[in-house]
Amino acid sequence: MLLHQHFEASLRRQPAKTALVCGAARHSYAEVEQHARAIALALQARGVQRGDRVALFLDNGIEFVAGVYAVLRLGAVFMPVNPLTKGDKLAYMLADARAAALLTSDVLTPVWSAHLDELQHLHTVLVAGKAPAAGDTRVQPWPSVVTGDAPQAPPVLIDQDLASIIYTSGSTGFPKGVMLTHLNMVSAARSVSTYLGLRDDDIVLCALPLAFDYGLYQVLMAFRVGATVVLERNFSFPVKALEVMVREKVTVFPGVPTMFSMLMTLSNLSQFDLSSLRMMTNTAAALSEEHIRQLRALFPQAVLFSMYGLTECKRVTYLPPEQLDIRPTSVGRGMPNEEVWLVDDEGRRLPNGSTGELVIRGSNVMRGYWEKPEETARRLKPGPNPGEMLLYSGDLFRTDAEGWLYFVSRRDDIIKSRGEKVSPREVENVLHGIEGVYEVAVVGVPDEVLGQAVKAYVTLKPGVQLTERDVIRHCLARMESFMAPKVVEFVAELPKTDTGKIKKTGL
Amino acid sequence: MSEIQNQVRAFIEDNFILGAKGTPFGPADSFLDLHLIDSTGFLELITYLEETFGIVVKDEEMLPENLDSLQAIEAYLARKRAA
Repeated sequence: MLLHQHFEASLRRQPAKTALVCGAARHSYAEVEQHARAIALALQARGVQRGDRVALFLDNGIEFVAGVYAVLRLGAVFMPVNPLTKGDKLAYMLADARAAALLTSDVLTPVWSAHLDELQHLHTVLVAGKAPAAGDTRVQPWPSVVTGDAPQAPPVLIDQDLASIIYTSGSTGFPKGVMLTHLNMVSAARSVSTYLGLRDDDIVLCALPLAFDYGLYQVLMAFRVGATVVLERNFSFPVKALEVMVREKVTVFPGVPTMFSMLMTLSNLSQFDLSSLRMMTNTAAALSEEHIRQLRALFPQAVLFSMYGLTECKRVTYLPPEQLDIRPTSVGRGMPNEEVWLVDDEGRRLPNGSTGELVIRGSNVMRGYWEKPEETARRLKPGPNPGEMLLYSGDLFRTDAEGWLYFVSRRDDIIKSRGEKVSPREVENVLHGIEGVYEVAVVGVPDEVLGQAVKAYVTLKPGVQLTERDVIRHCLARMESFMAPKVVEFVAELPKTDTGKIKKTGL
Repeated sequence: MSEIQNQVRAFIEDNFILGAKGTPFGPADSFLDLHLIDSTGFLELITYLEETFGIVVKDEEMLPENLDSLQAIEAYLARKRAA
């Protein structure tokens, strides 16, 4: 089974059904197919082939969704990039993956256009929205939708081929490309939609970025069962999202703790008729016990799934909703067709009631990090059967007597802000680019809404004057907004270890 | 362009985009569409409007119609002050 065959099966079954709602526009499965076909034809005409990487640097919308299926159909590999990404990082990822094509939009032109010269492998840029300025022949307008059959020889493709490369922040400060095969993604989509009990009459509100695997899978899974996805650009206006939920009679709401806490603080929440809502899911960061209690009181009609995942295997665990009252802080157990357990520092399997690193075994486990064999070897290690690889999560968990899992801590220093991974090193690298900055240390601090907020400690060179706002502005111009420090504290000096390295414990 | 629009523009330019690297934006342009402000940014914008113009933004008023362009903000502030 290939990932796009899920969509194609639903398309054959119910071509006229609404697949996507984007603002005022409604698109049937057949229309999504027409959009995908137009993009596939355009990319094929430009020479995109099996195995080529095609980046999707787009906001949530039909272009993104159709782009995914177009790329897959060509046997190429789609690479979702968060539209908040700034130019330097985008260029890094496109160069690292040697992307052949970029699907993007007119509003993002200031971000990508300055970097085209340095990207030799990039032969095609398709721009949605206003037609791009003439000049660089690589830059082409978005293809218009064509009807009728299009001659296209489908490439030879099997489920061992790569479907996607998703970049994730690493503790080294450079994003790593997680390589996922069709088998990986088909397996993950099947396991997750099975335990959720996703149905073809579901209407899913997706306000998560499609560039984030949690958002992406809302579409992949809904299209697998033939459901409808209501796509919101983001969750900046929770009231707007609520209006859409009422209007569309949304049944499934996937969120992250920041979104749930924004909803729960709304004084007018009870005015919205959300009686259709039957399921909420949470991942990316844990909900507090208090938030779980409040959510269940506010939405008694809906079950709540607490989940834990990693881009490297999509999802790891889920807590069946009926367990929520019994063990509210647990993230549950492994999902169907996946085995998880804890190991000690020597890799020995630990009995229930222990604390150790979580290990994952299953068809959903990635093939590694793109062209990073050393980092891959640290996370993928041989499993019980010859040739099989296990994923070492890098996260510490404990189990209770019955084997239910509880998150303890990360083994690296990655910060989780607004549900997004933030590499302190990546932020520190950017801070070092400020004239006058001497030393920096970036840590996560507790934050009511964000989970963790990014805090930077900065020492300045003698005679230098900088304000907190100067530092934050510098960061906002160079990194995704969730990575920029929320708080900057100027200090005379930073604590050091005996060897002179900056010591973050106690900051 | 009105004084209020200039004031709000200055706040946005000062806080969310960096001078020459920033995207030029007109009075009717959506901050969201142009990626000038994101979800946490809107919370900062609301705090700024409340402190600067002495209003209280109610939860049900936190809508793009009121907040997602310079023109929208100016009209919203005018309505608030008339009320």
